[in-house]
Amino acid sequence: MTAALRFDPIRLPPECEQLRKEVRAFLAEEIAAGTFSPFKPNREDTDVPEFSRKVGAKGWLGMTWPKKYGGQERSFLERYVVTEEMRVANAPTRRFFVADRQSGPVLIKYAPEHIKMDILPRICRGEICFAIGMSEPNSGSDLFAAKTRATKTDGGYLINGTKIWTSSAHIADYMIAIFRTSPPTKENRRHGLTQFLVKMKQPGIQVNPIGQITGQYEFNEVVFTDFFVPEDHVLGEVDGAWKQATSELAYERSGPERFLETYYVLTELVRAVGPNPDTRSAEGIGRLVAQLHTMRRMSVSVAGMLQAGKEPVVEASIVKDIGTVWEQQLPHRVRDLAAFVEETATNRETLERQLDFAIKTAPKLTIQGGTTEVLRGIIARGLGLR
Amino acid sequence: MAESDNIVVETAEKIFADLADPQEINNDKKGSWQAPLWRALSEAGLPLAWVPDDLGGSGASLADGFALLNAAGRFAVAVPLAETMLAGWLLAQAKIASPEGEMTVLPASPKDRITIDADGSLSGRARGVPFAKAAKHFAVLAHGKDEVSIALVDAAKARTESGLNVGYDHSDTVTLEKIQPVTIKPAPKGFDQTTMMLMGGVARSLQIAGALEAMLGISVRYSNERVAFEKKISKFQAVQHNLARLAGESAAALAAATSAADAISNAASFDDAVYLEAAAAKIRCAEAAEKGGGIAHQVHGAIGFTIEHILHRYSLRALAWRDDFGSESHWAVELGKLVAKRGADELWPLVASR
Ligand SMILES: Cc1cc2nc3c(=O)[nH]c(=O)nc-3n(C[C@H](O)[C@H](O)[C@H](O)COP(=O)(O)OP(=O)(O)OC[C@H]3O[C@@H](n4cnc5c(N)ncnc54)[C@H](O)[C@@H]3O)c2cc1C
Repeated sequence: MTAALRFDPIRLPPECEQLRKEVRAFLAEEIAAGTFSPFKPNREDTDVPEFSRKVGAKGWLGMTWPKKYGGQERSFLERYVVTEEMRVANAPTRRFFVADRQSGPVLIKYAPEHIKMDILPRICRGEICFAIGMSEPNSGSDLFAAKTRATKTDGGYLINGTKIWTSSAHIADYMIAIFRTSPPTKENRRHGLTQFLVKMKQPGIQVNPIGQITGQYEFNEVVFTDFFVPEDHVLGEVDGAWKQATSELAYERSGPERFLETYYVLTELVRAVGPNPDTRSAEGIGRLVAQLHTMRRMSVSVAGMLQAGKEPVVEASIVKDIGTVWEQQLPHRVRDLAAFVEETATNRETLERQLDFAIKTAPKLTIQGGTTEVLRGIIARGLGLR
Repeated sequence: MAESDNIVVETAEKIFADLADPQEINNDKKGSWQAPLWRALSEAGLPLAWVPDDLGGSGASLADGFALLNAAGRFAVAVPLAETMLAGWLLAQAKIASPEGEMTVLPASPKDRITIDADGSLSGRARGVPFAKAAKHFAVLAHGKDEVSIALVDAAKARTESGLNVGYDHSDTVTLEKIQPVTIKPAPKGFDQTTMMLMGGVARSLQIAGALEAMLGISVRYSNERVAFEKKISKFQAVQHNLARLAGESAAALAAATSAADAISNAASFDDAVYLEAAAAKIRCAEAAEKGGGIAHQVHGAIGFTIEHILHRYSLRALAWRDDFGSESHWAVELGKLVAKRGADELWPLVASR
């Protein structure tokens, strides 16, 4: 068989525990000050610029990046702790999360030095927001069917076409996108895509909002019409973006954000059943906690692999598959268990409001960031089936 | 875990490969494989791995012992290795030396109780005791009026009714009626039946994880051999996705079990955090046995349902191991109660403490 899948029991080092205390204290202060509410995952105010700046000022953005770019040169495990504490508190991380997790590392790897020196410190200060432009109306799972064209012109490229489902494009300052620079070749249908840095809020780009079934507004259609991108905004190899895209997946797929999106309903269920649950509630909670604990141990283990410089693509896909299926089922399990919660439970209203939102959120969880079916294809490849 | 440079595991794997090949065992209907396997394991000091030198054992670390159990699971080993290890470990808690030969522990269920009478004799009934019929001695956790004791009991003095679990291994009912133990000593402070059940549950979790790893391996191999509709079945996307899910269940079981083993190996006591790890491992591994085993059978089609095929050696044992030392339902209720008692705002700190 193939190499065994291993998830060594990595433990977070002591510096993480100190950091966790600091993050919790900070979040408690912000909650007390009314910046956000931990009981309102469905906050309307998804865009909280001052919160991003405060997180940046704490040194919690670009934590693992070189100091010369404004980073802290801390470990992935430390970043992990910050991410999970923010998620569990329902903190408004949308404005900085993509840049911190994905866009910054792409720039560090592929951008020219002057662009790094310009943009990375601003990400670290929590001043700018990034979007990811991969999907198109006819290419979601099948990334290589992307058609939006980048045509060579004097000093740069002209972009024409449409990106879709682009989260945060309406508030983003930049987008990292893939565009077609050449047609695919017979031998390699993945050939011909190039990664670009796009400055948003310019003529030639139109962002059209798309509503979501949760009632929120989060993703968009982005239309490019003869939009000019200068030469030095090409990221990495022309026509070779597919190689770049795949190695980033482990970071995107295994973090705590991949199983904690609906976590809040579990806390509220525990609150509602009180200290002496009946057997049915106790068993339900026990199982959910066991599953959560196991996924978190797997996720921390992958963070340890990343810290050690490995590329655990299959392991990360497994964490995302199990994690997103779990967070998708969680609201429904909690709803089952909440059926017999006392009418007098003090948080009953909060629980019901949260369940309502989590149930509406659930359908997207196994779609965003790569569908379950696509992930299982990657795992199957890792098992030697393809 | 299971570092390939782990000498205990390496020794065990070599013995398993030579003397516990699942196909050969499956073909041998008379059970003549058992004695040589047990002899080799004993000569290598593996059944008493967790017993310190001065108490008659080989003094391996807890971590090495757990890795050994994981390897045993990968071969679906069906001799009382885990049971003798647990018995030796239990006796060592009270500084009781381990005798030679097969042992097992009782009780094996959180609900059963063995009590100490005024005259120091032991009474009580323990159901589902693995390999009791094969054991020469029992390591027993017994409750006196106010104290918990650990005792070594001569198996011949007990009444043992044979039973089989779903994996066709002995799972017997042992009745003690005013039996005088060979030795009895107080358990260390804080050590109780729950501690013993958690330890047994983690041992079973590692075995289940090992069995799932083996099931994944043979299922992938089979899918690459079996041809249907003029293709290897591994080329069908539905089959690939089933195997990807099996890989996920196998990985989850291994992660949960090795994390719990690591927690126990490094813990000073069985506190709430270790409780979470051990209970969660048993719950998650049992769930994985059900889901993962189901997929392994699905991929194998009818051939995997035959007694000639080795798949059942893994799948049925993994299912049977769910029942020992507290089922997943038992631990889920207990873990749920613990979480509820600590309160909603303490749930995340508990999870994040690991
Ligand atoms: C909330 C949200 C936010 C998002 N944010 C962004 C973003 O910021 N930037 C961005 O670029 N994209 C974003 N996406 C898009 C997301 O990445 C795509 O939706 C996803 O890749 C699936 O593509 P699709 O929607 O076109 O579905 P399709 O690719 O059409 O898939 C439809 C169904 O067919 C299945 N399918 C497709 N191909 C295969 C195959 N080969 N084998 C088996 N099954 C297959 C899929 O798994 C799925 O079940 C977001 C999506 C959501 C829901």
